[in-house]
Amino acid sequence: MVNAMVALDRVELRRGGRVIVGPISLRLGGEGITMAMGPNGAGKTTLLRALHGLERVSSGQIHWDEDARALRERQAFVFQTPILMRRSVLDSIAYPLRLRGVRRGAARERAAECAENVGLRVSLRKDVSTLSGGEKQKMALARALIMDPALLFLDEPSANLDGRSTREIEEILDHFRARGTRIVMSTHDIGQARRLADDVVFMHHGHLVEQAPSAAFFDAPQSQQAKAYLQGDIVI
Amino acid sequence: MNDILQGLARAAKLVVTLNADLVEITLLSLQVSLGAAVIGSAIGLPLGAWLAINRFPARRTVIALLNALMGLPPVVVGLIVYVLFSRSGPLGVLGLLFTPTAMVIAQVIIITPIIASVAHQAIRELWADYHDLLISLEARRHQRIATLLWDGRRALMTASLAGFGRGIGEVGAIMIVGGNIDHATRVLTTAIALETGKGEFDMALALGFVLIGLAIAVNLALHILSRTERGSRW
Ligand SMILES: Nc1ncnc2c1ncn2[C@@H]1O[C@H](COP(=O)(O)OP(=O)(O)OP(=O)(O)O)[C@@H](O)[C@H]1O
Ligand SMILES: [Mg+2]
Repeated sequence: MVNAMVALDRVELRRGGRVIVGPISLRLGGEGITMAMGPNGAGKTTLLRALHGLERVSSGQIHWDEDARALRERQAFVFQTPILMRRSVLDSIAYPLRLRGVRRGAARERAAECAENVGLRVSLRKDVSTLSGGEKQKMALARALIMDPALLFLDEPSANLDGRSTREIEEILDHFRARGTRIVMSTHDIGQARRLADDVVFMHHGHLVEQAPSAAFFDAPQSQQAKAYLQGDIVI
Repeated sequence: MNDILQGLARAAKLVVTLNADLVEITLLSLQVSLGAAVIGSAIGLPLGAWLAINRFPARRTVIALLNALMGLPPVVVGLIVYVLFSRSGPLGVLGLLFTPTAMVIAQVIIITPIIASVAHQAIRELWADYHDLLISLEARRHQRIATLLWDGRRALMTASLAGFGRGIGEVGAIMIVGGNIDHATRVLTTAIALETGKGEFDMALALGFVLIGLAIAVNLALHILSRTERGSRW
């Protein structure tokens, strides 16, 4: 059990002379699913990428808890736009294992299992570029899950998925959470956020507007912006 | 008109009957340009990939230099190699002037920048696509390079072929450093120049047919490669 995972201390990211996110200070605990929410351009992707270590922080600090070392060392990230390798579906999913020295045969076997688990029911021999939008997302999810991450980032993982696939993915995420995987994700699907989130980080214009346990956030959002967003109004 | 047709017919006969001189010249041409393509690829492909994924201060300069070298006129390359390897030149003791080796060296200088430049372009695109994934998966440097080379292999083959195509049709440099010596350094392009000058159009045309055939083969291969590449991307 890890109580604290990471703390952001006045973290700010500037790009092209403009502040795109921050300053943000927040703490994330070591369990459950944290949901980053907020309108387009709020900074969700940037925040997730910064936590994963993909974005250079301009000022402020990200402190990882000592106890969270295991989480930090076994991370995976599912990008908002799936990254397609010029390989077959099977080899794309197997790739992270290949990087870690797993033999091709064994890696492909695991990859086939992972494809099955995420409900990717297509010919695994074909090139990933021929997959549909939703199938690409499932491929990317399978590629992340094959590493059995302790900390999993997902940036709008079901943006292109139909209702049934969305539910399947949510079941998988629930299952991983139950096994102790720490999940930090973003979504625009308010229903999904309600179903999955343990706590919510609500952002707007690069700022953290509200951070609250899921029940509190959805029943009684504190900020005007969150209220408007949840009602589907324009967020000012 | 009739003369031309007859000339074409006689040229075709030379090709079909595998005229000994024609075969010898073709084989030397292939040997020189394939050799240059292999060596040029061994230098140019890694160089292109290296330039695509590494950031260092002189990077822009190196790329600009590469592009400048690409526009180097073959005759000038021939001249430089000639001066270097001539009897009184700094590398004269090697005695390589007027040998196929000197021709390979000249062609390597001509085609390596082309191969490196095409490879650089292709790997840079791939690296832009893969960057976040490879960083996220904590791929080590050699793993990144291996992945990019493997997944970019079609584009890299295209680069090598483009280099070979440039070499096989090149005449300025090999004429100067090879000297177009019969049974020693005579290749397709230099032989065509010679036979045409002599008025031996049958042989010149026959050599031309072979050269055109090779050029078409290279372009066909390039076309097929780029089509499979695109087919797999869209
Ligand atoms: N490299 C960059 N350079 C300049 N601006 C950037 C850069 N990356 C992101 N931004 C800007 O930062 C803001 C936040 O972007 P981000 O992708 O984090 O938003 P988001 O909350 O994920 O939005 P969406 O819901 O549309 O995915 C946007 O206004 C975006 O244009
Ligand atoms: Mg986003």
